[in-house]
Amino acid sequence: MKIDAAAAAEALQAEIRRQIGRVLKKSGAVIGISGGIDSSVCAALCARALGPGRVVGIMMPETDSSPESERLARVLSDKFGFETLKEDISGGLAGLGCYQRRDEAIRMVFPEYGEGWKNKITIPTNILEKETFNYFNLTVENPGGEVFTERMPLKAYLQIVAASNLKQRLRMTTLYYHAEKRNYAVVGTGNKDEHMQGFFVKYGDGGADLKPIAHLFKIQVYQVAEAIGVPKEIIKRTPTTDTYSFEVTQEEFFFGLDFYTMDMLWHAMENNVPSAEAAEALGLTVSQVERGYANIKRKVMATEYLRMAPLEVGEAK
Amino acid sequence: MATIDLDTTRKELKAFILETFLFGDDSEAFGNADSFMEKGIIDSTGVLELVSFLEQNYGITVGDEEMIPANLDSVDNLAAYVQRKAG
Repeated sequence: MKIDAAAAAEALQAEIRRQIGRVLKKSGAVIGISGGIDSSVCAALCARALGPGRVVGIMMPETDSSPESERLARVLSDKFGFETLKEDISGGLAGLGCYQRRDEAIRMVFPEYGEGWKNKITIPTNILEKETFNYFNLTVENPGGEVFTERMPLKAYLQIVAASNLKQRLRMTTLYYHAEKRNYAVVGTGNKDEHMQGFFVKYGDGGADLKPIAHLFKIQVYQVAEAIGVPKEIIKRTPTTDTYSFEVTQEEFFFGLDFYTMDMLWHAMENNVPSAEAAEALGLTVSQVERGYANIKRKVMATEYLRMAPLEVGEAK
Repeated sequence: MATIDLDTTRKELKAFILETFLFGDDSEAFGNADSFMEKGIIDSTGVLELVSFLEQNYGITVGDEEMIPANLDSVDNLAAYVQRKAG
């Protein structure tokens, strides 16, 4: 799992130049930057590959975003010298009914939910302890600080996700506006964990012209970040979804495992490492390794449609 | 609640799976012991749909700790689970 991160960064930069220039025939890169590790690494790689004058980082906060995201995005752009723009998408989202539709769905579970409350979605995080299907809990906090959690019924879950996905889709639309007006490409920022396990919104943050780190495990993204000098406070930040008003880590929301354990398990599985050997190396039991393998396989399989291009009948001429 | 016949339960559950997830198309037939996940018939959203069906149709409540493949990932497992809960 340890890579030669400096060499990997050089190779990625060459590939970014080739893809944007030769393949896509664009003259620069537009990237949504959130102050998270993945978008920071992509923006820094693009600035190093193309020159900072050919990269624009777009910050797209909305009502539920953490102010920390914007501050860290500015720390990054100061370091690598590329231009940043801020597009507050709250008004657009309100116009699309994002918040109203989401709150209506939350009230299917918590009828008293209203102004001043916070919400988040989580999954079980004990996936190595017990073989379990991923189900989704809705957690809300009232203005008095009381927290309530319920497993979500299908209808509420689907509507909350559909409404929340408007955020990523409006961000994609905004990125393409800025890219097209400059003849630039849109750079997707998902890593391998997100890309292969389906932790992205189809035609939302999944909508991009190139995805330069989609083959890198999260723990390898950290190695590249260190090698190219991404600021420490970005590297040390806990990855969050920055989508729900009640802060939720990516582990709680989607993966159900810490990144180190998940990536090491996945790497072992890909390399056909026997469960007993992986268990010994990771300090886990054989059953835990097997549950981890099964959980990753299930997610990859269940989210295949997210990675598919639109299906066509027959071959297009 | 009246005792539910295991074979009838299997047939009802299989009909629900076929109708809901395969649009009634049984050309990709699956056996009662086949894993829905391994056959690619149901994903995690499908599991929620299945749980709604169980709760509404059989008057049971599926607990968080019961959301496991041993209960929900094949027609046989489902039927046995429903029998235990509703029997």
